[in-house]
Amino acid sequence: MNNNILKNEEKAVYTLRSLYRQYGYLPFKMSKFEEYDLYVRNKDFLVSDKVITFNDTSGKLMALKPDVTLSIIKNGEDTPGCKQKVYYNENVYRVSGSTHQFKEIMQTGIECIGDIDEYDVFEVISLAAKSLALISPDFILEISHQGILEAVLESCTDDGRLKRDIISLIAEKNAHDLERLCNANGIGTEGTDALCTLAGLYGDMDAVLSRLSPLCTTDSAKAAYGELSALKTKLEAAGIADKIRFDFSVLNDMNYYNGTVFRGFLSGICESVLAGGRYDRLLTRMGRKAGAIGFAIYLDLLEALDRNRSELDADVLLLYSEETANEAAKEVEKLIALGKSVSAQKAIPPKFRYGELVDVRKEAKDA
Amino acid sequence: MLNIALPKGRLGEKVYAMFEKAGYECPSIKENSRKLIFENPEKQVRYFWVKPSDVSIYVERGAADIGVAGKDILLEYAPQIYELLDLNIGKCRMAVAAKKDFYDDGQSTLRVATKFTSIAAKHYAGKCRDIDIIKLNGSIEIAPILGLSDVIVDIVETGTTLKENDLEVIETVVPISARLIANKASFKFKTAQIEDITEKLKAQVVYDD
Repeated sequence: MNNNILKNEEKAVYTLRSLYRQYGYLPFKMSKFEEYDLYVRNKDFLVSDKVITFNDTSGKLMALKPDVTLSIIKNGEDTPGCKQKVYYNENVYRVSGSTHQFKEIMQTGIECIGDIDEYDVFEVISLAAKSLALISPDFILEISHQGILEAVLESCTDDGRLKRDIISLIAEKNAHDLERLCNANGIGTEGTDALCTLAGLYGDMDAVLSRLSPLCTTDSAKAAYGELSALKTKLEAAGIADKIRFDFSVLNDMNYYNGTVFRGFLSGICESVLAGGRYDRLLTRMGRKAGAIGFAIYLDLLEALDRNRSELDADVLLLYSEETANEAAKEVEKLIALGKSVSAQKAIPPKFRYGELVDVRKEAKDA
Repeated sequence: MLNIALPKGRLGEKVYAMFEKAGYECPSIKENSRKLIFENPEKQVRYFWVKPSDVSIYVERGAADIGVAGKDILLEYAPQIYELLDLNIGKCRMAVAAKKDFYDDGQSTLRVATKFTSIAAKHYAGKCRDIDIIKLNGSIEIAPILGLSDVIVDIVETGTTLKENDLEVIETVVPISARLIANKASFKFKTAQIEDITEKLKAQVVYDD
């Protein structure tokens, strides 16, 4: 089959599915609708809190699903020592950042829920890297650990609002305004320096770890640092270290996420196409006794990779007239048998891109 | 090739001079022409002039890898970008101004005329003040004079326009200056070049204190 027939996002769906199956992830299928209540209780977990709602036939308030993870957690059971490993490919409905309108977003991803350990964190992150590699070889996966920022923040202030402001400046890598904010709020030089360093830390794993270690003074920060170094060793052994960066501006909501969080970028797409992390806290909030890690890939963004391709609409444009319809039919089949794509037309459509022109009207006349 | 969006006008020219001094010159930009895009293949840079308020849009959507935008625009539209450096030029402040005899007794809804509706809304939400925002696109100073609004929230540079219209600043909302911004994805794939530019621009920044 012609490899160009499938769009990038369609190709990705198939290749990713087989990747996840290889690692023992099972498909998860959900219905389009979910009770609205599920999302209200976990509003901040959602990327956007706007949800399309409607009343079902019994009057119950339902929602077009804006997210898949919550439904997976809701439906699972905890078995000590075991893990629920699933993948999904679903459309979700949420407000898009740039247009502020509701959008249908094709999303694929995996979730690993249960007795999570260091191996699972590595497996999910390496699957994230492999997923990106399958879509395009030119990718970057950046990883952060929320425990480190949390520990540094904790030693600086306990004002919730100030913490939020600091976090949003770190997410912008905005060290200059961060310094001003810290000075204005009486955070000491040591704390200010640590926060500003975190905001600017970016690069390959070794370089970042060496600059990070002096910042990790508390027990929880040291533990987080240990997790990152262990992860680094595994990623190096797996041979994917060159595509991995540590970046502490990668942040997810701390009420839900803890531990490792990560984001993936493909060259040519202006925003992250993959987002994920460890979210044990969400499970606790939903009454489950387990840990979890997973990620989602926004397949609709892959459209941008297609935008610049200069392909032909058809290999051959075949011109015929009503009198030469029989010749045209024969000629079309002949060309297709040669492996070409053919568009049979009575006139050349405006701006039509074709490789070769076959005019059966002329050929019939010449004969 | 690194795409750089510069704000049209005086500020943009100052900013270009800084890029030039940083070693990323593009001589063709100084030729008087109607061209909008200027390239220097040797330095791997491409500059283009856009409306100042559009710089963040070009950068957020990746049409430009980096750019220079006023903090006012970044606060108003909150684009998803990295803010790498405060260039400390193009300095002014976002301020609340009113007629000289205006006194806010806090008893009625405050009518606020502004181009910067998000900044104004956030400022007053922080003070739990009930306001009515009137979005205007220009000549904001005229609103309180004609009784359209009680106060205005606008950019104040020297305060001359306000003085000439019998208005005065009653409160500063936030100081403003030009910032170097970068697209989040571009930053990953062109890290070395972007970090080099940031460092070399940083060396030129003149701080006040």
